Amino acid sequence: MAEFTLPKHSKVKKGKIHPAPKEAENTKTFNIYRWSPDDDENPRMDSYTIDLDDCGPMVLDALIKIKGEQDQTVTFRRSCREGICGSCSMNIDGTNTLACLKPIDEVKGDVTITPLPHMPVIKDLVPDLSHAYAQLQSIEPWLKSDTPAPENEERRQSPSEREELDGMWECVLCFSCSTACPSYWWNGDKYLGPAVLLQAYRWIADSRDESTGERLDALEDPFRLYRCHTIMNCTKTCPKGLNPGKAIAKIKKMQLERH
Amino acid sequence: MSAKRPLSPHLMIYRPQLTSMMSITHRLTGVALGLGSLFFVWWLVALAHGGTYYDFVRGIAEHALGRLVLLGFFVAVSYHLANGIRHLFWDFGIGLSLQGVYRGGYAVLCVAALATLGGIYMLFLG
Repeated sequence: MAEFTLPKHSKVKKGKIHPAPKEAENTKTFNIYRWSPDDDENPRMDSYTIDLDDCGPMVLDALIKIKGEQDQTVTFRRSCREGICGSCSMNIDGTNTLACLKPIDEVKGDVTITPLPHMPVIKDLVPDLSHAYAQLQSIEPWLKSDTPAPENEERRQSPSEREELDGMWECVLCFSCSTACPSYWWNGDKYLGPAVLLQAYRWIADSRDESTGERLDALEDPFRLYRCHTIMNCTKTCPKGLNPGKAIAKIKKMQLERH
Repeated sequence: MSAKRPLSPHLMIYRPQLTSMMSITHRLTGVALGLGSLFFVWWLVALAHGGTYYDFVRGIAEHALGRLVLLGFFVAVSYHLANGIRHLFWDFGIGLSLQGVYRGGYAVLCVAALATLGGIYMLFLG
């Protein structure tokens, strides 16, 4: 049965307030989820008010500014700052996205930032993704083919076969979609979730892959695939504009057509 | 170490949106219809009984509160049926783009709203 409320040690308390520098005119407040493994405190929301006239346009710019100028203990993942590495996924203003692709001015009022939902927290905005990565590994996301590769040449695809993979290879594995999915919240231990199922379909749809049957067999399971109830929070939230919900529907349709 | 890691906030902080709200409404109306069908069976039993017992049950159904429950049942049927058809389209792979999901969602809400108006007319004004 799904737990709709947070366990006692996960309840979020009020935190510290960090005001803006006195000369700041154009300010914005960021409420940031904080938790440290180094003490026994509950998580808390710290608030940081910054000078927007001295800050880049994206939420990630604000986080880096806060870390650099106000509180160096604020912890988050980031790398490319252009939506290609998938590191800075988090919940901003109630929906999951990449902090580097989310303009600050899209948020009215204070900006509330919490880690990807329903995940164990390592520190502050850094969730533990080990289980999600293990699930990705379980679908064997690599080319499986018995036919040996042609010598000194790649495995060929027609342009239309290659087009089948558009909308899937672009996924940066930020897990915004999976952690936006209520089904994944309640059954994430067994349900693979939209991010991993999109990758599963990426290999099912690949004309060069020869284990489509085995891949579909492995997914034919009440939990791994069929906990998807087409809620579509995944597609709604994807910061890359991809459609995991549709990929899952295509897998279900293939399962049906096989029988 | 991991045992004391907190669970990040989820249901209470995630922004309500058409996708998730229509999904949970489908689930809730489904449960309501399951319970409501017990009343329907009760009415059938009363029908089979006939006479004064049927008049008694009919009296309850025709009472203002009874009509309100019937209206709720009517709204739940309309929504669940229309959204069920939306799910059938999805199962055929139709209307799964984000735009399609929203258009279909609004269409279902329109059908449910019209049916509700019809229900109000039949139960309270007709």
